[in-house]
Amino acid sequence: MNTEASAQQLSYIENQASDARVNIELETEGMTLNLGPQHPATHGTLRIIVRLDGEQVVSAEPVMGYMHRGYEKLTEVRTYPQVTTLVNRIDWLGSFANEVPFILAAERLMEVEAPARAQWIRTALFELSRIANVVLFLGDMAVQLGATTPVFYAFRDREFVLNQIESVTGGRFHPNFDRIGGVKDDLPKGWIQETKDVLVRINSFCEEMEDLVVGNEIFQTRTRGIGIIPADTGLAYGLSGANIRSSGVDWDLRRDGGVGLIHDQLDWKVWTHPDGDSFARYWVRLQEVRESCKMVGQILDGIPSGPIMAKVPRIIKVPPGEAYVETENPLGIMGYYIISKGDLVPYRVKIRSASFNNVSITPWVLKGVYVPDVISILASLYFILGDIDR
Amino acid sequence: MGLVENGKLPGPLTTLLNISRKYSLWVYQWGLACCAIEMGAAFASPRYDVMRLGVIPFPASPRQADLVVISGTVTDKMAPAVRRLYEQMPEPKYVISMGSCANCGGPYWDSYSVTKGVDQIIPVDVYVPGCPPRPEALLEGIVLLQERIASEDMTDRWNRDPIVVT
Repeated sequence: MNTEASAQQLSYIENQASDARVNIELETEGMTLNLGPQHPATHGTLRIIVRLDGEQVVSAEPVMGYMHRGYEKLTEVRTYPQVTTLVNRIDWLGSFANEVPFILAAERLMEVEAPARAQWIRTALFELSRIANVVLFLGDMAVQLGATTPVFYAFRDREFVLNQIESVTGGRFHPNFDRIGGVKDDLPKGWIQETKDVLVRINSFCEEMEDLVVGNEIFQTRTRGIGIIPADTGLAYGLSGANIRSSGVDWDLRRDGGVGLIHDQLDWKVWTHPDGDSFARYWVRLQEVRESCKMVGQILDGIPSGPIMAKVPRIIKVPPGEAYVETENPLGIMGYYIISKGDLVPYRVKIRSASFNNVSITPWVLKGVYVPDVISILASLYFILGDIDR
Repeated sequence: MGLVENGKLPGPLTTLLNISRKYSLWVYQWGLACCAIEMGAAFASPRYDVMRLGVIPFPASPRQADLVVISGTVTDKMAPAVRRLYEQMPEPKYVISMGSCANCGGPYWDSYSVTKGVDQIIPVDVYVPGCPPRPEALLEGIVLLQERIASEDMTDRWNRDPIVVT
């Protein structure tokens, strides 16, 4: 054998081997990380199985069902007024908003319409529950990115909104106030002025968050360009609410849906953001709180007088039929599909809740991001576990 | 602290230990459902401010906690995790069951997927009723628990009836 050729061969083999050694040394083992079921960075009990390659996420899989309480089956053994007690607890931060689509669907089946004043009160409480919901998000997302102060501010100012809801409905958290054909009670004395004071407070909270969080350099670095969801992908996954509006889709059921609330009589604006990243989702929600404050202010000024209950029988039997009503709830689109067989109880209720669809995009959006960004993306998608698992 | 558990420590020392335990309850937040937000309001909001009672809601792990607040619906899928969490906590440990769901199932008393009462899987020291209880009710439960800890004799710790906030 030619010695020169064999020397060449040897050096070639040596090079190959050293390359292989380097590759082996640099290669990291895959690691499976369980985020949850109880994790400080989740809103409850969502478990996400994340497979990591170093710091990078290879795949993420949400495991649901830790908070499954069987609403759809339970509604089959509750009478219509009793169902609102249950569905309050689906999205527990904006409880009143959960009742509205169900009541509207039942009203559509019964062919009754709530009087004007009842509709205005409904819309006011609907927007107040949105404020109570999203204000907590504004503080909570900051706390998940390491800023502790905003969540204290959020809890501080949220208490005042809850006080207003409580003084109308009697429930801080779960009002159970909406009735088929109207609302349970009229507004208490002095409520309108007190609520105006609270709106001023919430507006100043929004200013504070704008300075403290949105203008914060660390916050911007951790959220801008992180978790970008293009509009078509978001729509394909069924995203709704502020999550899809922050991807630039101008779609809000309060304006486009035309259900039995009075948003079309108010002067307000649907905010969108072209970026579709975590920052956009925070920013859009911040603007929505402001819009909600504006809406509640207009309602307080223009609320008509009159009855608050339509004529409905004492024992409610809903005539046979099917109805589907969806509204723009704080987390996104929430809808109830009711099938009635003319009984005291619904025959079947299908609940379309926003968070289930919002969280279904996590395997797609978490692929390839780094571990700290997982927290930022999950926080900005803003799901509530009762709303996912039902 | 094996001596304390056998009740062999002299009285004044037990009293001193009890007072120290009373005012340094590290509570692990086990937020499960709606009640978690009311618990958050009690722990994190300036209006209720649980830290003035000497309760510190920041342990990173159940292994550092003296007290756990089971706040919300325990489902059958979650129950093993709750049990495991309780087993990880060091003795002496206390459990507050917050809300109707954790007490007895609450509005989901006929649901197929809900554990009717967390006391089926772990022993409960304080029951706080309500759906959800107001933050004041949770604070009342914590104060009652602190009173019990102050006068606690380790030998008959497990013979006492649970506290029910009324």
